[in-house]
Amino acid sequence: MNTKTLNKVQYRFEEENLLKSEPNALRVEDLKEEEMIINLGPQHPSTHGVLRLEVLLEGEIVKEVVPHIGYLHRCFEKHAENLPYNQIIPFVDRCDYVTAMNNEHIYAMGVERMLGIADQLPKRVEYIRVLVAELNRIASHMIAIGTYGMDIGSFTPFFWIMRDREHILRLLEWASGARLLYNYIWIGGLYYDLPIGFEERCREFVNYFKPKLKELEVVLIENKIFVERTANVGVLPLDLAINCGVTGPMLRASGLRFDLRKVDGYSVYPELEFSVPIGEGKMGTVGDCWDRTWVRLEEIYQSLHIVEQCIDRLLKDHKRTRDFDPQAMVPKKIRPPKQDFYVRGEMPKGELGFFFRADGRNDIPFRCKCRSASFVNLSVLPEIARGVLVADLIAILGSIDIVLGEVDR
Amino acid sequence: MADLSNIVSKVSSVWSEHVKPGDAPGVVMVDASHIREVCEFLQRDPDCYFDMLSCLTGLDNGPEAGTMEVIYNLYSIPFHLHLMLRVIVRRDNPEVPSVTSVYRTANWHEREAYDLFGIRFTGHPDLRRILLPADWEGYPLRKDYRHQEYYRGVKVEY
Repeated sequence: MNTKTLNKVQYRFEEENLLKSEPNALRVEDLKEEEMIINLGPQHPSTHGVLRLEVLLEGEIVKEVVPHIGYLHRCFEKHAENLPYNQIIPFVDRCDYVTAMNNEHIYAMGVERMLGIADQLPKRVEYIRVLVAELNRIASHMIAIGTYGMDIGSFTPFFWIMRDREHILRLLEWASGARLLYNYIWIGGLYYDLPIGFEERCREFVNYFKPKLKELEVVLIENKIFVERTANVGVLPLDLAINCGVTGPMLRASGLRFDLRKVDGYSVYPELEFSVPIGEGKMGTVGDCWDRTWVRLEEIYQSLHIVEQCIDRLLKDHKRTRDFDPQAMVPKKIRPPKQDFYVRGEMPKGELGFFFRADGRNDIPFRCKCRSASFVNLSVLPEIARGVLVADLIAILGSIDIVLGEVDR
Repeated sequence: MADLSNIVSKVSSVWSEHVKPGDAPGVVMVDASHIREVCEFLQRDPDCYFDMLSCLTGLDNGPEAGTMEVIYNLYSIPFHLHLMLRVIVRRDNPEVPSVTSVYRTANWHEREAYDLFGIRFTGHPDLRRILLPADWEGYPLRKDYRHQEYYRGVKVEY
């Protein structure tokens, strides 16, 4: 870019442009007495990113919520139509940037199934994949719980969580070279084998983290103030959840034991032992905000259990050997036969699905649609946030645990 | 009864003229005019019980083929079955009845398909653009899309 264009004013702010590009869904003329339209966001910390909520208020009662999304749209699907399958992986990372390993795992699994090599992978590769994906799941749930606590008004647990999350990020950085966006899981294998000493360091982390988690549970989850703010708030009934396509911890908190790791049994999850926690309404009603947070906390315990089992097997049955090459199965040419294919898997926020259409003649997908969990989970917000207080609206939004990168893709 | 081939043959026998088995197992071709009724049947019928719409995809086959598609991935939680419905519409006037009244998941997915492909969903309660600005020109995921040169004085090409 030359200096001429740099000095030029590129965008002149005009107020009517705002209304043209993102007009309100509600009209001022239709307002009744005592009603007003308030915009929450796009720049507001409690919307977890660039989400704009157009709220119709009567006093402090929310009568209608209209989410406006798309502020972080980065054209994932358009990019995917112009790139070979293996080069899409970094873009998949950036869909949900706090759970990149899970995204990669599901994406790579989908392409492998299309190629027909999914069941030929070495067991060590599969165990490493599950290990890093579960570590990342813990990190994501920690973000969810920590920022949620901050929304509700407890500041300290957030810093504790960020401190402990840093251990996971360092572990993953050690393995892949990046803190957040890894490009570690490749189609047909992995970028590198785990570094020497990773398993031991990982076990150290698990032992360090378990008491911290108990501490978190006492300080935040069972805290009286937290319970008062979240119990019986934003109750999502099960039939509405299924009809709206809600998945992940939100669906489980509403009382359905539905985890794709168990239901579909992909990768090596059938060989691992873990349970699927569901919301029980311990502090209020089944499916309220407290249940959603509690399910996330219980899932961290289960993920830690999975991590421990993975470490055991990586040290015993599927040991590191001198001739093990994690890239051995990576295909030179990725050209799946002509087909429509939908793959799905459990990422921390719910069901992540990819719809592929391969035309059999190209190395690039004809169409690659990303069905993200946050996008669908967020669409339930107008249904459960009707008639609540503004403060509860923030509590409900935080409990959905959205990442705007994934909502807008 | 909860078997995919049985379900496909059952649905095709109910609407013999509008529903055909597709080229792969678990794929059903549905006429655009009847997609809402078929979805409603698949959701309500106790032998099928497809209670979840996993994914709704818009798809453009390009100007040579002259068709667009909408693909519905249904999932039945109690029977653990997947079903893919394919609807093919003409490219010059893409119009598909909305299934929002059956699956509320479809609400935002249909808005997305409208936003990126320009497929109009008739009977949709709130068909606005969802990801792009309301005054964006064109539908970016169409195969013959050319982006506009300027958007409010900002050069679009980087």
